[in-house]
Amino acid sequence: MIPPTTITALSTYRNDTPYPFCPGCGHHAILDHLNAALVSQQLDPRQVVLVSDIGCSGLSDQYFATSAFHGLHGRSITYATGIKLARPDLKVIVIMGDGGTGIGGAHLLNAARRNIGLTVLVFNNFNFGMTGGQHSTTTPAGAITATTPGGNLERPLDICATVAANGAGYVWRGTSFDKDLSERMAEALRSECFALLDIWELCTAYYVPSNHSSRKTLATTLDELGMKAGLLHRASYPEYAAAYRDASAPLRGKPLPAPRPIAPRFASPLDRPFRLVIAGSAGGKVRSAAKLAGEAALLSGLWAAQRDDYPITVKTGHSIAELIFSPREIDYTGITRPDAMILLSRDGVSKVGRQLAAMRPEDRVFALPDAGEIKTKATVRVIDLATSPMRLGSGQVALYSVALALKELGVIPVEALEAAATLRPGELATDNAKTIHAATA
Amino acid sequence: MREFTDGSTAIVRGALDGGCNFFAGYPITPASPILMQMMRELPKASGVAVQGEDEISSIGMCIGATLAGARAMTATSGPGLSLYSENIGLAIIGEVPLVIVDVQRLGPATGGATTVGQGDVQFVRWGTAGGYPIIALAPSSVAECYALTRRAFDLAERFRCPVFLLTDKELNMTTTTVEVDDYEKPEVRRRSVLPASEPPYRYLPAADVPPLAQYGGDGLVRFTGSTHDERAIITKAPAKVAQLNEHLRAKIEDHADEIELTVADLQRGATTLFVSYGVTAGAMREAVTSLRAAGKAVSALTLQSLWPVPERAIREALTGITRVVVAELNHGQYRREVERLAKAAEVVGLNRVDGELISPEAFEEAVR
Repeated sequence: MIPPTTITALSTYRNDTPYPFCPGCGHHAILDHLNAALVSQQLDPRQVVLVSDIGCSGLSDQYFATSAFHGLHGRSITYATGIKLARPDLKVIVIMGDGGTGIGGAHLLNAARRNIGLTVLVFNNFNFGMTGGQHSTTTPAGAITATTPGGNLERPLDICATVAANGAGYVWRGTSFDKDLSERMAEALRSECFALLDIWELCTAYYVPSNHSSRKTLATTLDELGMKAGLLHRASYPEYAAAYRDASAPLRGKPLPAPRPIAPRFASPLDRPFRLVIAGSAGGKVRSAAKLAGEAALLSGLWAAQRDDYPITVKTGHSIAELIFSPREIDYTGITRPDAMILLSRDGVSKVGRQLAAMRPEDRVFALPDAGEIKTKATVRVIDLATSPMRLGSGQVALYSVALALKELGVIPVEALEAAATLRPGELATDNAKTIHAATA
Repeated sequence: MREFTDGSTAIVRGALDGGCNFFAGYPITPASPILMQMMRELPKASGVAVQGEDEISSIGMCIGATLAGARAMTATSGPGLSLYSENIGLAIIGEVPLVIVDVQRLGPATGGATTVGQGDVQFVRWGTAGGYPIIALAPSSVAECYALTRRAFDLAERFRCPVFLLTDKELNMTTTTVEVDDYEKPEVRRRSVLPASEPPYRYLPAADVPPLAQYGGDGLVRFTGSTHDERAIITKAPAKVAQLNEHLRAKIEDHADEIELTVADLQRGATTLFVSYGVTAGAMREAVTSLRAAGKAVSALTLQSLWPVPERAIREALTGITRVVVAELNHGQYRREVERLAKAAEVVGLNRVDGELISPEAFEEAVR
């Protein structure tokens, strides 16, 4: 373990364990360059986290005397993102193979898009070296691998072009033979952005023997694919972890949510649970009218529950709010037989047939003429909007009907509904109060 | 004094009060309200909330952030939980404290988007390859959503493992009334951080849980999802691997009594016992009140912790019982756990899988 105080110049970030890779494998050279890059930057090893993926390159972190994270295949970028977001001061380096860029493609794209400050080293040897030489997303078309015995039919992913087009701050391509590899790594480490190095190399166990590839063919493959090497892209988008903190700064220290108790100011005559279902159309303010009724119940010393149902396309179709008012705690929020229903539209009525059928003559239904045919034994009263002393907009019809019904049902005082409307002051509160007044005056 | 609120809000408040400072999630009904509220609230607490590109990245970010010192939570529903699976395994083997909220909806697949279900009970228990113990809590009211979220953060820290908070669409999205004094505030322990001189893992004694090693402190910290020795170096040495795996088992199963959380409402002379959890336990409570008012003796056990199985409380509640009714919104996933403990009593299921709730009347009818 590194002592907590003095930092002397480090001559290596490697530990004493020799690499485990095959003779001729490019991983040796790439990791030596990484070591040289770390030495050149003299980073505190406790501030460096090597996040490795799965594959032979995933073994790499064990040979470095830095902090390390070895996770699941393709997900290294997600862990690295979490580390960077929690501790933006840490230097987070991702080591992944070409395999990881396939299975973790969504993460690669989105990390680039965020321009999160990671240094991503892709150990790109065009196949899965750890599992038997299967083809990967970067295998060139025509290449022979364990899973493309007749030649690869897929075209390879251009990792650099992809991340460059999607917001990365630094993009470089080269090979494990490049003399300046450690300088480029150091450059990437210094740039606080999503920096990716696509490092082509040889897999001597599988890809090399199957495709007669060599240091020389890495260059010809590049030409054949029309890809470029070198520093391909630089951009200066804001780095995500820093941008997040900047954007959050004005919010810091603002009060966190706390219970918002509603003190009872009115009384209700209810001595048993009362179940009210409001059935209307999406966009008709059914849920907000129901919420005011629920709050009015609390203002009247009752307990209330509100269960909403609406289609995923929220601006069309039905909107149902089921309300329960009770002098006791409500432990069950289902309603089989409502005591009353408010029917505002055909959309709503089409969804509450079972409940309407379960109602008895002593139950009450309040319906707009637009609600259509109603099959129920309950006593039905038609709401005539023409008798309203004020012109009602489409957003006020639900609350108007609720206010009118509550007044007639006598379970919650009208004053409580008016008080609920003004719990959150504003223009809407004034409009709502007027609507309630119009329905109940 | 009472407020008009829902389970999602209570979970968010429980998380914030429990020290959560990192959240990552992906939109899915009925868990989205938690994501939206965390995005709004966490910056105020100097925390970080992110919407991941998918559920895999969301839980991955939570794991990474935790190792860098954060206290993390994520929230999803069935299809998202399916995508969490591999990383749940990673959090188990890497011993990462993490709170995972599963707001259940009717499944499988897209299923009844979005109607209520309790079909993930065995899924959270066995939801990753290898099959290792996890902890799962199940609130049965909005007030419990708050308290058990805090408890989940405490247990995650205590046992360095993923802790599931198993709720459902109904609890999270139905607005209801809560007596403000009913929000219990279980203590949430602070994180104890491993001294730099110690290796990040320890397997002996098997049931002991050492403090978490965090990045960016005084020492080097290694983490791996492979079988590993105490220094987090990959090993396949059978003796060491056996130690690691026995530790992962023992640290939870040997502390089952410490995790166990139930509410036993037992009546002298009752021969019928209701057992339920989550939203279904609410209907059970209403049924018990009605039955007793009608002069019928009945006992009820609400399970607030589902995994490990609260065996002590279940055994105690079974005393004198000849018939057990296990009520849940699935085909009887937890019934099997009760069956293996109820040697003398008949165990029957009260089940519903149509996207509707089990009613108090259904409980009443289940009493002979």
